[in-house]
Parts: sequence; C-alpha cells; structure tokens
Amino acid sequence: MYNYLDFERPVADLEGQILELRKIEAEDGAVDVHEEIDRLETRSRDALASLYQKLTPWQKTQVARHPDRPHCNDYIKRLITDFTPLAGDRYYAEDYAMIAGFGRFDGQSVAVIGQEKGNDTQTRLKHNFGMARPEGYRKAVRVMELAARFDIPVVTLVDTAGAYPGIGAEERGQAEAIARSIETCLNLTVPLVSVVLGEGGSGGAIAIATANRVYMLEHAIYSVISPEAGASILWRDATRARDVAQAMKITAQDLKEFGIIDAIVEEPIGGAHRDPDSAIEAAASHVRAGFSELSGLDGATLKTQRREKFLSIGRNL
Amino acid sequence: MNWITNYVRPKFSSLLGPRTVPDNLWIKCPETGEMVFHKDLEANQWVVPSSGFHMKIRAYDRLKAFFDEGLYETVDLPEVATDPLKFRDSKRYTERLKEYRSKTSMEDAVVVARGDIEDLPIVATVQDFAFMGGSLGMAAGEAIIRGFETALAERKPMVLFSASGGARMQEGILSLMQLPRTTAALEMLKEAGLPYVVVLTNPTAGGVSASYAMLGDVHIAEPGAVIGFAGARVIEQTIREKLPDGFQRAEYLLEHGMVDMVVHRHELKPTISSLLKVWLKKPASVKSQARALNGSGRSLQSETASADSPGPTASDAA
Repeated sequence: MYNYLDFERPVADLEGQILELRKIEAEDGAVDVHEEIDRLETRSRDALASLYQKLTPWQKTQVARHPDRPHCNDYIKRLITDFTPLAGDRYYAEDYAMIAGFGRFDGQSVAVIGQEKGNDTQTRLKHNFGMARPEGYRKAVRVMELAARFDIPVVTLVDTAGAYPGIGAEERGQAEAIARSIETCLNLTVPLVSVVLGEGGSGGAIAIATANRVYMLEHAIYSVISPEAGASILWRDATRARDVAQAMKITAQDLKEFGIIDAIVEEPIGGAHRDPDSAIEAAASHVRAGFSELSGLDGATLKTQRREKFLSIGRNL
Repeated sequence: MNWITNYVRPKFSSLLGPRTVPDNLWIKCPETGEMVFHKDLEANQWVVPSSGFHMKIRAYDRLKAFFDEGLYETVDLPEVATDPLKFRDSKRYTERLKEYRSKTSMEDAVVVARGDIEDLPIVATVQDFAFMGGSLGMAAGEAIIRGFETALAERKPMVLFSASGGARMQEGILSLMQLPRTTAALEMLKEAGLPYVVVLTNPTAGGVSASYAMLGDVHIAEPGAVIGFAGARVIEQTIREKLPDGFQRAEYLLEHGMVDMVVHRHELKPTISSLLKVWLKKPASVKSQARALNGSGRSLQSETASADSPGPTASDAA
C-alpha cells in the first residue's frame, strides 16, 4: 500500500481494485480473476506513467516531499560502505538534521554530507524534519575541511525545506553558518558533487550545494523560497502555493534550462518512492560520472572551476 | 588617469542622482513619534537628531556622507537579463521594475563607487532598500561582484553597506544563485589580502545575511538595525512563541558575537578608516592624530562620553 498523493487518485482507485481482487483470489481459488487483474494492472501502470509524464510544479513539490521518498540515510545505506558518521560542530551541539561522515563509494574513500528528514514521527522529530540549525552547517564545514585535508572527494545530498527558523538558530548565527558553509564549498580543493534528492530549500540547500557538479532528481524541486512562504510574501495568501510553484520555476527541468544544474537524475515511473533502489542507483551513476569527470584535476583547478561555474550562472540567459 | 576628472561633485550628483522626495515634509521618528523636518534629517544623515534613531538612508546620500568632501565616482555596472522567469504575481515583474526605476532613479538596488575616506582610497558597495527592498537579484548580484572585482583590480579595500530583505523572489532560483556567486567574487578579494568591511544596516536579512554580508573581516552594525536570517514573522509562526525584546537587533547580535561593534552613522567613516589604516599599515590620518593629541583618541569610551557624538555602543561592553 502506498501513501497516495491527491492527484494520484485514479491510480489509487485502480490499485485498490487490484488489491480487492487479489484478496478474493486468495480466499477462493475457484474464482478466476487473473485476466481482470492483468487488465487493471496495465491500466494502472499506464495511468501512473501518464500522470508522472506531465506533473505540474505543485505536483512535483508533493512528490519531492512524499513521506516514502528515499532520504539521505537510505542513499547512504545503499551506496556507502564502511560509513562512519561524525557528530557535532565542536562549538555547541550535534545537529541530527545534518548527516556527515566518511565511508566508501565504489570502494573509494568519500565524505558524505546531507540533510535527513526522517521517516516516521520519532525520526522526523529527531532530525528536525531535515531543517538544520547553525550547528549542522558548522558540522558540514568541519567535515568538508577534513575531507580536503585527507584529499577525499565530497558528495552532498540535499533534502531540506530550508534552514531552521528559530530563536536559538538566529542567536547562534544561522546566517553566518550558512554563509561560511557556502564559502567553504567555494574554497574546497577536492571534488564536490551534489545531488538534490527531494527539496532544495533556499539558503539551507545552497549551503552544501555549491558544488562542481549539481544533479537533481527528476521530480525534485529547488527554490529560493518554499511555495507556501512565497505565496504568503508575494500574494499575502499561503493558499496560493501552487501558483508560486508554477511561477517560480522550481523543477529540475526548469533549472536544467537555466543552466543551474548539470543533469537530471531519472526517477522510476511513479516517483522515487515507488522504487527507491532504482532511484538511488540512478543517482549513484551520476555521482560516479561526476567524480570521474573531476578525477585527476588538481585542487586549484577544482576550486577555480567551481567558482567559475557559479559566476557564469545567468550570464547567458 | 582621468578618473580624478570624472569625480562627481556632490551637489551635481545630488541634482542628477536619485533624491528622496518625502511625501511629507515632516517625518515621524519611528521610535519617539516626534515630527522632524526632512531637511534636518537629511542634514543629519537621516539620523533623528533628538532620539538618535537611524532611519534608512538612500544609497547616494550614503556615498555623499561617507566619502571625503562627498566626492566619489560611480563604477559602471554590468547589464543582466531582464525577467528570465517571466514572472508575475499581482503585477508583472517587468512592470514592477519599471515603477521602482522611475521612483528611485536607480537601475537596480546596488551602487558601486570609488573614492577616499580620510584620504584612504577604497571601493564602496551600497545597497538601497528603496529599490524593491534592496533585494538581491541578478542585477544586484552582478553589481556586488563588480564591486569586489573593482576593489581587487585596484587593490583597494572594500566597504560594503548591506540593506536588504534578502533574495528577490521574482527571480526565483537565479536570485538564490547570487549567494554563491557573490561569495565566489569575495573569496578572490580575500585571497589577494585585501580587507573587506561590512556595515550592516537596517535591515539585513535572508540570502544577503547568509552570504557576503556575514563574511566580512569586520562586521559593523548601525544602531537598532535588524539583522538576521529568517524573518521575525516566520520564526513566530514556526515556534508559536513571542520573540524576545530586541531580537535580531544590532545590539543583540553584538552580544551574541555576530558583529564586532555597533557604530553611530556619523562615526562610521573614522571608525572604518582607522581600522583599515592599521590593517594596511598606513599612517594614521591627520584627523585621528589630532584626536589623539587632544587626549580624546578615538577610543570607544571617550566617544560615548561626549554628548553630541553618540559613540559606538560597543563601549557599553568595554
């Protein structure tokens, strides 16, 4: 059973019928419902494919936030061996919203940094729904600098609604922490590759996504402000989030067109949550390609290329 | 070198340049409610004379007040693509731009200028809140980058006055990209060993505070300025709590270690030029030598002591 999104209603109905028939089949083997199941499965597959072919930006926003969508820890579990997570910024606290540590990707040493949203009430609370505080960004800086010292490439996995807006976060310099993290990305002398897994929420995202290569999952979003907050600022009406999602151009396809991301990671039909393993593998193959393009470049070149990549954004529009 | 001849005379520039034309000749002090004649405010760099409240000041007024004898030369700024998102909310973004351009006589929210402060040549970048809340879009981003590039090419220190609500929503993700872009340009200045002074003015928030405005070699805030990442309303909605008094104000940031000092607008020039000259190992200015001779060296303490010159609030901690 999936958690269906409102626009997936037609698929939900069909898949509901299939489940019913399966139950009947299991209870009473004499009834032959095979054909009917096959027919419904084809219909529901087609319905899903056609829905996901033309998702609106607002629908993509919902998919990007889908509770079953694979998160940072799922990627780490599947792709990184010998993973050793590190904790703490060495100034104030540990921030569970930001995962950072070292391990192996394809057998090669790698540093992994990313926001984790959690996947049930308990873990969501623990990870603060993926919204990092200053400590999270300072931990990211710490691990990036360690990686540079040991000459180990860095991959960042971006999935956050944004940096956490709270009193303590402000007191301890949320803005400064993000700024430093961007600065550290720009000064890094090792390859830095970034994947936007779900939500790329504003400053909280760019803090770790100022990378040599930036990839984005097919139905991920990346935006200067969440559609809801944008609506309340621009229209003074938070219910107009879907209009903002449309107007702000937040999809992977839009960002590819603007030259802000390097490639789109294809998702399985029906979104990454329908087949997490294949989504994770698709992302891995882009990261692999990114690292191989960057391998052999010296630190100064990596740094210069990264800066020039960002400086050139928007100059050819 | 003909840039000296290109100097814009202050009076001339204020005739041509944008002017603050108050709707009302009398302006209310937001703190005390006192009505102040606009000419008196202008003459006092938009600081309310009696209360010391720092009002927002237009970019060109800032430059005029900051540079020696009000002399400066503006730096040409790059053109950028207009409205790549074809954005409209209640109004077309292009319409909105047009309105602000005619209202402010500025192309966008940032001005870059070169000139001297107490005889020290510097490059200054000023954000103007009057232009769409000083928001950081592609034009402002390119202007800030050009500022850093100019300082680097001319091997001068950079003094940046931030005033911005944050990224420009109407340019979406392209405005977010100004965070790494401006920071990339700044890093080149830093690597060249050139000092970078940030003057945080009211307000400095969002993407601006989360990039170049919080990466200064020194952070100087104007009294009472609101400086933070998230807006107070957003925080209140998130945590459903009242915010503490003075939250995100300059003095609050000083206490929390995010700024080095809170300095009265009138004291910005001597404060900045003095520190820059120490950093650059240049001789002290005649003025500051005179101050030292008078036994009233520009120590933070002595300034607070003198009644007509409200000194840096940093002295409270001294």
